[in-house]
Amino acid sequence: MKKILDTGNAACALAVKAAHVDMIAAYPITPQTSIAEKLASYIGSGEMNAKYLPVESEHSALSAISAASTVGARVFTATSSQGLLYMHEIIHYAAGGRLPLVMANVNRAVCAPWCLYVDHQDSISQRDTGWIQFYAASNQEIYDTVFLAYKVAEASNVPVMVNFDGFLLSHSMMPFQLVEQEVIDKFLPPYEPAWQLHPKWGGTFANVTPSHEYVPIRTRQAEDIMKTGDLIKKFSREYQELTGHWHGDLFDVYRQDGAEVFLLSMGSMAAEMEIAVDMLREEGIPAAGLRLRVFRPFPGAELSQILPQGAKLLVFDRNCAFGTGGGALLSEAKNALFDRRDNLKVAGQIMGLGGEDLPAAYLAQKAREMMEVIK
Amino acid sequence: MSVKLKDFSETEFVVSGSAACAGCPSVMALRVVGKALGENAIMIMTPSCAVASIGLLPKSCYSVPTLNICFASAGASAGGMSLALDALYEKGRLQGEKPTVFNWVGDGGTYDIGFQGISAAAERNDDFIHFCYNNEAYSNTGVQRSGATPLYATTTTTPFGKEVNRKNLPLLMLEHRIPYVATASLAYPMDLYRKVAKAKSIKGFKYIEVHAPCYPGWKFAASDTVQMSRLAVKSGAWMLWEGEYGKLTLNNPTALYAQGKAATIPVEEYIGCQGRYAHLMKSPEKDTYLAELEEEVKRGLIFMAGRAEL
Repeated sequence: MKKILDTGNAACALAVKAAHVDMIAAYPITPQTSIAEKLASYIGSGEMNAKYLPVESEHSALSAISAASTVGARVFTATSSQGLLYMHEIIHYAAGGRLPLVMANVNRAVCAPWCLYVDHQDSISQRDTGWIQFYAASNQEIYDTVFLAYKVAEASNVPVMVNFDGFLLSHSMMPFQLVEQEVIDKFLPPYEPAWQLHPKWGGTFANVTPSHEYVPIRTRQAEDIMKTGDLIKKFSREYQELTGHWHGDLFDVYRQDGAEVFLLSMGSMAAEMEIAVDMLREEGIPAAGLRLRVFRPFPGAELSQILPQGAKLLVFDRNCAFGTGGGALLSEAKNALFDRRDNLKVAGQIMGLGGEDLPAAYLAQKAREMMEVIK
Repeated sequence: MSVKLKDFSETEFVVSGSAACAGCPSVMALRVVGKALGENAIMIMTPSCAVASIGLLPKSCYSVPTLNICFASAGASAGGMSLALDALYEKGRLQGEKPTVFNWVGDGGTYDIGFQGISAAAERNDDFIHFCYNNEAYSNTGVQRSGATPLYATTTTTPFGKEVNRKNLPLLMLEHRIPYVATASLAYPMDLYRKVAKAKSIKGFKYIEVHAPCYPGWKFAASDTVQMSRLAVKSGAWMLWEGEYGKLTLNNPTALYAQGKAATIPVEEYIGCQGRYAHLMKSPEKDTYLAELEEEVKRGLIFMAGRAEL
């Protein structure tokens, strides 16, 4: 396997190229733009056999690939921040329509005020739209997750959002290994849709629906999304067997042995958190890093299993769940643990909004402060 | 190309069970469109009366494969679908002739919320036909004003009459320099059929707007949809024309009116029998209003005749 040094956006585009995508529609937005540019360049030069629709908005980008998916194409788009928010209507449509779309979202703060740098407010705002949400913490993980995303989306007919941090990953060069095309093809063969909108097969898509039809459709969608957690685990193992690449299950746990304090976070902050965990361990605090890879479906049972009796869970949110006094990850964790456990202590902290720098020493300090609160 | 009724194919895009109002112009126009397009077609709809008419899941009153997508999505979704089909046929994953992708969208989805996407698809010259069935209001939601609602017509959001003019959207589409633009009328089905057949034979972006008088919205008898369509053309309030790459040609009878070879009927004969203008007809200033509307029609004919000379 070839190892290269490149950015997170390059890793994403290289994976999309290797995934036999048939059609791409994208609109430029910082810090996503270089994904769209690279893909346009691969297609233009003939390196990639796909069509590219240079749309005039993100709403149109997602509309275009949604309709393209209904006729049986494997499709892709990438966006960020305001662009993701502008897609919101079609994000719901794609999930309700059970379209196996894959979209990369390069996480960035949302306005007002305007800010170009990372936080997770954009994708967290889409948490109830019915998409699977991955959060990657390295360029290698971005690359590998794109293949996993198609595999899961097409097996479940649930669209997948691959999130990664703007600039910290999207524009940072770091080494990652490419996988040989034949290995990718083995893991992810060309798309064979279960149905296609075509005169040969007829049919209508997204009809007007009375309540007694709408309810079972929604119920099944909700159940199927819950089941994708197991699919992700299964396909992650399969991918590991083929490539040796492993980024963890639904969680990636760092220094679990004997741990009593768990520092839960997502994205690149969780990579930095490993250093913070080392610092706390040196002080004699039995800390562990808990990196959430899959925010939707939220792996509540898995979280409960990881935490031992009496554990302290410290939640670091790079987003605001406005009106709750905390972040979304804190709400989700508390919600997941409430019925399962009564012997845990949980505290949360919002940080890193709008690209606020999060060095390990700062994370460790915040962890100490949270431990004081729930002592 | 001259079209006769016997040329119409047996294809029916609209089958029994439509939930449309009696005399619905969308249903009538779509029947003719289906006969001209044939069976190898895929339809995209956005929220409109045509979607409300489809009937409830799992049934449909449309025999053509249909995708219902969001309101602002028509341009991009048809463009995306058409391009994806190109990819699948080129890769050999689908065999045979590529289906005609077409939008069936009302004036709200075309003039207003959908315009950005449609304009962009036209600029990209995406390969599909966009049909706007123009009933001059948001009829599906109970007749609110749209960008296509004409001057002084009442709607539920312009209860005292619309104070501004409609846009000339077909002309705006022509100025995108796309391969084909046409306006059509239910009262001239041969002309409509010919224009649809022509659009089908052209690759790239095609725009066809069908004037679609809506009886509950405009307040006339349900049996008079075609008659109202005819009066619109005969009064000059709706013009029949087509254009290719910016070159405009007026069609008869509009061409005859523009050249002064035939006379239009007074606009009063067209709007006087519509309840949406009742306030105007009862007004003490009726004559002033009618003169203004008549002037609008004349200006339109002069303007389009001049545009046709370019």
